[in-house]
Amino acid sequence: MNPADLQQLIDVTYITAAIGFILAIKWLSSPVSAMRGVLIGEIASAIAVTATLFNPEVTEYKWIIITLIIGAGVGVPLGLVKMTAVPQRTALSHAFGALSAALIGIAEYYVAAPSVPKFEMAEIGLEVIIGSLTFTGSIIAAGKLQEWLPQRPITYKGQNYVSLTVLATALILMIALVVHPEYTHLFPAMIAVALIFGIMLVTPIGGADMPTVISLLNSYAGFSAALLGFVLSNKVLIVAGALDGASGFILSVIMCKAMNRSFTNVLFGAFGQVQAKAAGAKEERVVKSASPEDAAAILAAANKVVIVPGYGMAVAQAQHKVRELYDILTKKGIDVRFGIHPVAGRMPGHMNVLLAEADIPYDRLMEMDAINGDLPQTDVALVIGANDVTNPAARSDQSSPIYGMPIIDVDKARTVMVIKRSMAAGFAGIDNPLYYLDNTLMLFGDAKKFVSEIVQQLSGSGH
Amino acid sequence: MPADFISSLFVFILAAFLGIELIKRVSPLLHTPLMSLTNALDAIVLVAAIIIAGRHETRLSTILGLIAVAASFSNMVGGFVITDRMLGMFKTGKAAKKS
Repeated sequence: MNPADLQQLIDVTYITAAIGFILAIKWLSSPVSAMRGVLIGEIASAIAVTATLFNPEVTEYKWIIITLIIGAGVGVPLGLVKMTAVPQRTALSHAFGALSAALIGIAEYYVAAPSVPKFEMAEIGLEVIIGSLTFTGSIIAAGKLQEWLPQRPITYKGQNYVSLTVLATALILMIALVVHPEYTHLFPAMIAVALIFGIMLVTPIGGADMPTVISLLNSYAGFSAALLGFVLSNKVLIVAGALDGASGFILSVIMCKAMNRSFTNVLFGAFGQVQAKAAGAKEERVVKSASPEDAAAILAAANKVVIVPGYGMAVAQAQHKVRELYDILTKKGIDVRFGIHPVAGRMPGHMNVLLAEADIPYDRLMEMDAINGDLPQTDVALVIGANDVTNPAARSDQSSPIYGMPIIDVDKARTVMVIKRSMAAGFAGIDNPLYYLDNTLMLFGDAKKFVSEIVQQLSGSGH
Repeated sequence: MPADFISSLFVFILAAFLGIELIKRVSPLLHTPLMSLTNALDAIVLVAAIIIAGRHETRLSTILGLIAVAASFSNMVGGFVITDRMLGMFKTGKAAKKS
């Protein structure tokens, strides 16, 4: 086959791949067809990659095969991590995606430098800046999620101005390169500044804001791939990058709405500081606590139970014990459902995956809006490791930093039980009036241990 | 402005609009698998990495290309593996009882 025909054939496989990608996402609309979506995505990628190996420009295979094997060697273990480690794995994969896009852009630049046409230079510059900042930003996010770095926001005075100045510097360097392509030494400087900006962008953001940040980084990683497609005129990269970018963007919008906050507020808001002040002045109020025996008796007497899980459930690895609780209550004929807040956990959909892993049927996992209407008719709402997403101050207290945030209305249930380690304020440092309500019982202890004690009580008294 | 740019922009805008419409319909239940799947699809930059690495233009471009091959292929493999695993866990009431 002559090279021109071969190139056309490769292009056809790229179009096929693009169609496959679109179908893959379309079929993800429901858990029933989702598996088919993954399969078509796999086939589409395999076709495009195989065809590319026959590209006449590719002359050396040895190292490509070696690096493919290394890639698989890294990728497979990263695909087999525990479900609780999925947020950090995802952040790491954003980093890898952005890294590859940035490196290819850098390679393209040095092949063409110093005579890079202005328009291409702008494309490459933008692509490399976004790729680089997404790379370091995602590494920081992964480090926070893995708890190698402190999860609390790290802030200092004038931080936003410093960060924005750094970003502006990267853009100015890019513009300088467009105007004077011969100043090639500016290129590494631009990369360095973009890498630093990525670190500065994510360092001040606290763990509770991770679902938004991880979605934003997803979006950036997608757009850097799409921009690379512009640089190389490769349409399949543009399609894949646009889909990934759109996905990250929509998820970030959903996460922001679920916290009643704007993008700017998440990125430049320094959430923790405001709340530290708000939590300052509070009088001693009484809470009622209960033992596992009491909790088991109340659950056994209920008809309808809603369990509201949060990040604390993931930290305590309590999801399998929660499943046992679900099983035993269901066997007693009690209707048990789960109310899942969009920002519960550390990434979009985190709780659903953990509960699905524990074999809880997905038709029991309800979205916030779907469960809220039912809470007034619910006998027991059991909150496990969630705090701010159940805080009624978000509805009523205008001075609260989370005022206006949609919450799961657990306080409307007849009895609320909250499993919590201690009375310490939640992640965001806000006091939760839920704990002082008349119908609230605090269950102090480790989530996993407490749930298993309830299960023991229930199975003991079941006969 | 290169002629390519307009056709690229055309493709980008269509794909982005299509993406927004499709992704809005993805159930919040599957937002985590959505992210890992789009990550795996995005790893198609591997095709560009292979070309850069295989072209052997300069030593630097080859090395950078090879690193990109490893990084993007690990995303592709890892992304599909974990998406597959996660989706396998989502079962309805009946299916969960059988297993």
